[in-house]
Amino acid sequence: MHTDPQPSARRFGLGAAGRDRLGFVAPGGALWHFVRNRLGVVAAVIVVLFAAAAILAPWLTPYADAGRGIPDLPIRLQEPSWSHWLGTDDLGRDVLARILFGARTALYVAVGVVALSVAIGVVVGAVAGYFGRWVDEILMRITDTFLAFPPLLLAVLVAAALGASLRNTVIAIAISWWPWYARLMRSQVLSLRQRSFVNAVRSIGVPDRRVIAAHIVPNAMAPVWVQATADLGAAVLTAAGLSFVGLGPRPPTADWGTMIAEGRQYVLSGQWWIAGFAGAAIVIVAMAFNLAGDVIRDVTDPRARGERQ
Amino acid sequence: MTLDPIPAPSISPVGAHAHETGSKNTRGVGIRYLTRRAATSLLVILGVVTITFVVSRLVPSDPAQLYAGVRARPEQVEQVRQDLNLDAPVLYQYVLYLGDLAQGDLGVSFATRRPVSQDLRRFLPATLELALAATLLSMTLGIPCGVFAAARRSRLSDTSIRLFAVTGVSMPVFWGALLLQLLFASRLGWLPLAGRTDPRVTFDEITGFFVIDSLLSGSLSSFADVIVHLAMPVAVMAAYPLGLTIRLIRGSMLEVLGSDYIEAARVAQVPRRTILSRLALKNAVLPALTVLGLTFAYSVSSAFLVETVFAWPGIGKYLTDAVVRVDYPVIAAAAMAVTVVYVLVNLVLDLIQARLDPRVELG
Repeated sequence: MHTDPQPSARRFGLGAAGRDRLGFVAPGGALWHFVRNRLGVVAAVIVVLFAAAAILAPWLTPYADAGRGIPDLPIRLQEPSWSHWLGTDDLGRDVLARILFGARTALYVAVGVVALSVAIGVVVGAVAGYFGRWVDEILMRITDTFLAFPPLLLAVLVAAALGASLRNTVIAIAISWWPWYARLMRSQVLSLRQRSFVNAVRSIGVPDRRVIAAHIVPNAMAPVWVQATADLGAAVLTAAGLSFVGLGPRPPTADWGTMIAEGRQYVLSGQWWIAGFAGAAIVIVAMAFNLAGDVIRDVTDPRARGERQ
Repeated sequence: MTLDPIPAPSISPVGAHAHETGSKNTRGVGIRYLTRRAATSLLVILGVVTITFVVSRLVPSDPAQLYAGVRARPEQVEQVRQDLNLDAPVLYQYVLYLGDLAQGDLGVSFATRRPVSQDLRRFLPATLELALAATLLSMTLGIPCGVFAAARRSRLSDTSIRLFAVTGVSMPVFWGALLLQLLFASRLGWLPLAGRTDPRVTFDEITGFFVIDSLLSGSLSSFADVIVHLAMPVAVMAAYPLGLTIRLIRGSMLEVLGSDYIEAARVAQVPRRTILSRLALKNAVLPALTVLGLTFAYSVSSAFLVETVFAWPGIGKYLTDAVVRVDYPVIAAAAMAVTVVYVLVNLVLDLIQARLDPRVELG
């Protein structure tokens, strides 16, 4: 009963114009644009390296114990050298190892926040858009209220109430993020609801819940995934902000934001490498996700490329 | 109508239609629109207050413990439980809470025993001064950069502006702050490390905005002192909103440049300069007001982190200190107060936009 005309186009998130005119790999297609965009390729490589670092951390460094947080006080605050490429921190732990293990924390937070907020946002947005009227009115008023908080403030409020831990960081940020996805989803569903294949399945008596889950949501997800990719970097940044004020994971968990907070007191006395490299890690990863998000948006939306419709 | 923090390009068909009808909006902002928009804002504020209440009373397993702080003795916790009526039914607590708020009572800090509303009033100007300066900086730099990048799409200058913008939105503000301190204060010694003024500089605090106060005092050296203290925090604070503004303006400019009426102008051989500055810019910069709201929001959010690094005596630092001390009444009240200010700022911006943009529905 599924009546999407070109499932492949949907899977690759091509907009209507792209679907009609262009293939995916052909010159002028989405992948073609992506590869031609050098920044996009660099960003993609960094994202892959980041994921690899997070997964393979214990095997990438001879100082896995330090990465897990075991101190080695005799070698504290050593500057970068051949044996410790990025130096050691105030407890004598290898900074590179801490950064590699910190990548695990960052990946966990990024994926956790985005997955949780997409899950909530998609359900709320789909229900609001599909049922319309008072359901829509109530759900969107709630959504707007959450959006009224300046970014980070609601997350701080929730994280402080829940207590500092890695899991709570994820929950706190997701609570302040889901409304963005709810709005995006709702606008998608509003346009899909009028389409003939939706009318077709509804007219033969398919229950609402199944119409939403099997026919509406799968067709509305493409822009959500684009948004989610770009947001992975913002999640890393936001989590670092929470960690910096002491609402991050508890020690000895390796965490980039916490490393900056702890390394801060040594920066002005000359031991810049702890906070310096941890911050650089955040910038590089956040930048890679932002660039990747930009490029994906550009290639999937011909309007953003400045082309004529 | 609704609060709309989702940035610019969502106000699509920017193209021909807007241009036909968009000559002059003589109808002004309708009274009905105004009242409806104000009513929505009031509803949102009530919602914000409710969320704050729910988060602070229902989320933690023991709110009394949270309010009294981690180091409180059991009898103190018990005292808090009674003071806050935590044994009463939740709905009753909620009504009491609303009543207190209506009287401007935001609770009492557990660390200092001072009323939170008093503290907030004292710290607000310092934060506003930072946030306004950062907003100003990011708008004056961001809009021209965004337009320029769109006009020179895919050239080297476009790519470098985009890289600059993406760095701005990818950098943790507190890290940027540390780098600036290291370079300009510690190594070069050009700028003061932290604080709002040099302790030796004094002038009357009339408005609480030191830029104005120091000018009123008539002493140029105090004014200069205030400015050098502002430089680093403002630069850091502007980084994110600046990147955001550039990206949004560039995006909406590209969208406008791809639309039919611009193509028509091109075909009619209207000079490129006229197309950019007269035809496209007008429609592309309209969303800038929305950006202004976002910029302010991000400045306020990062105040939280920036003020901590620069020991800036504003609401942000007040909030961070409260987080460190687990002083929950302060956290909840400060977050709520800032949000309410933000909602009101958005309301004003929306009304201005409705006045300027004929596409916003009236009535």
